[in-house]
Amino acid sequence: MSSKPMDQVTWQEIEVGAILTEPGSARAYNTGDWRSQYPVWTKSRCIRCGVCWTVCPEAGISEEPGGYFDMNTYCKGCGICAKECVTGCISMVPEEE
Amino acid sequence: MAHRVGMEVSIAVSHAVQMSRAEAIAAYPITPQTHIVEHLSSMVANGDLEAEFVNVESEHSAMSTCIGMSATGARTYTATSSQGLALMNEILFIASALRLPIVMTVANRALSGPLSIWNDHGDIMAARDIGWIQIFVENGQESFDHSVMAFKIAENHQVLLPTIINMDGFILTHVVEAMEFPDQEMVDKFLPPYHPLFHLTPAKPVTMGAFAMPEIYTECKMAHQMALTNSYDHILNVWKEWGNLTGRHYQPVEKYKTEGAKVLLLTMGCLSEVAEVAVDEMREAGLEVGLLKLRLWRPFPFAELRNAVAGSKLLIVIDRALSLGGAAPPVLAEVRSALYAMRGRPQTASFVIGLGGRDIAPGAFKEIVAQAQEEAQQKPTEEYHIFGVRG
Repeated sequence: MSSKPMDQVTWQEIEVGAILTEPGSARAYNTGDWRSQYPVWTKSRCIRCGVCWTVCPEAGISEEPGGYFDMNTYCKGCGICAKECVTGCISMVPEEE
Repeated sequence: MAHRVGMEVSIAVSHAVQMSRAEAIAAYPITPQTHIVEHLSSMVANGDLEAEFVNVESEHSAMSTCIGMSATGARTYTATSSQGLALMNEILFIASALRLPIVMTVANRALSGPLSIWNDHGDIMAARDIGWIQIFVENGQESFDHSVMAFKIAENHQVLLPTIINMDGFILTHVVEAMEFPDQEMVDKFLPPYHPLFHLTPAKPVTMGAFAMPEIYTECKMAHQMALTNSYDHILNVWKEWGNLTGRHYQPVEKYKTEGAKVLLLTMGCLSEVAEVAVDEMREAGLEVGLLKLRLWRPFPFAELRNAVAGSKLLIVIDRALSLGGAAPPVLAEVRSALYAMRGRPQTASFVIGLGGRDIAPGAFKEIVAQAQEEAQQKPTEEYHIFGVRG
């Protein structure tokens, strides 16, 4: 498939069988666009245990320098990390326009 | 040299698949298809066919396995029937959407319930919209020929679509017929090894079966629709090439004694041969009756059908399946749609026959023609008739 934005691709440009011949198309799609809320870490209460990173179902959390964690562009805002955080240092904040 | 053989048609189909040098087969036995894959299994076990034969626990797995094997670039075959085809259903759409040139024989059989192992077209009509090329055959020779040709059609890079050969269960699969087998050299020349356009290999990874967002799903379906529509010319080219090699020529809509016919019967599958006998007898009696045999079901041959019916006054469409609660049986619905915009189109009449193995003799077609002609003079009272139903 071409490297055009998805909503501009014509049917003639679809590869036979809608096969993707280049890797990385999932990486190019920022699922975080769907998010209606996002996690915020209070570093003073974070013990850098990595439970949030472990339980995230979408690899939407990355480790930062220093061993702390933050969301990345794939975070869909599900809130599992906030629910499971051992010290309760993560709070979910609504996205605003 | 081609040679004449007499054998059960199912076994002839397995020989056609063997001569086509199928490389991968996954199948589950189901009456009346079993003899085909049983013999292929023996051939593989005996070393008479160099192929991978995967025994699976269901038809759902059979088609899933075929997809995997075809995706690696292997020439892939399977066969099924009725409940087996129904169990494959969700996977059938995926095979065609991935444009994998799997060839499958469907030994047409009634769907349950009530449980029936006998022949009608209910199974394939329920899988009408799976996006595969779908061909009907009427005798042993056609079953053999189309089984070989199907690989060549399906694997053409301009086509790349899975293909079904429909053959009537028992009344075709289990009869012994005389057929002409071509020699292996001729088949090898006609059908070179399959070279996939894309296949799964670590040397050049690709993603098959990726998710499609609403922004792209419609375009994917359009591409599939155009591929199926555009396969038409390639199908005809393969049939022509085979015709030139064997002298056996095939058309999407076959005509039998249609010259000057005011009344046309339209049939599919092996009851067409029974209808031929009836047409012979009606012609001898001075009736202007002819027969059209619809060979190509998908892609539907719209223009050929319109040409074939031009000049006739009454077209009697024979269905072997019902569309319960629907406007019309499946073939009639398709034919009427094809003729709707045609000027001077014939009147249509509709008869559903031979459900669940109910036997049909030539006399039935004569009764149908008489009844349809009589009703054509009057205002039709029913959309379609289920011929011979009691009560």
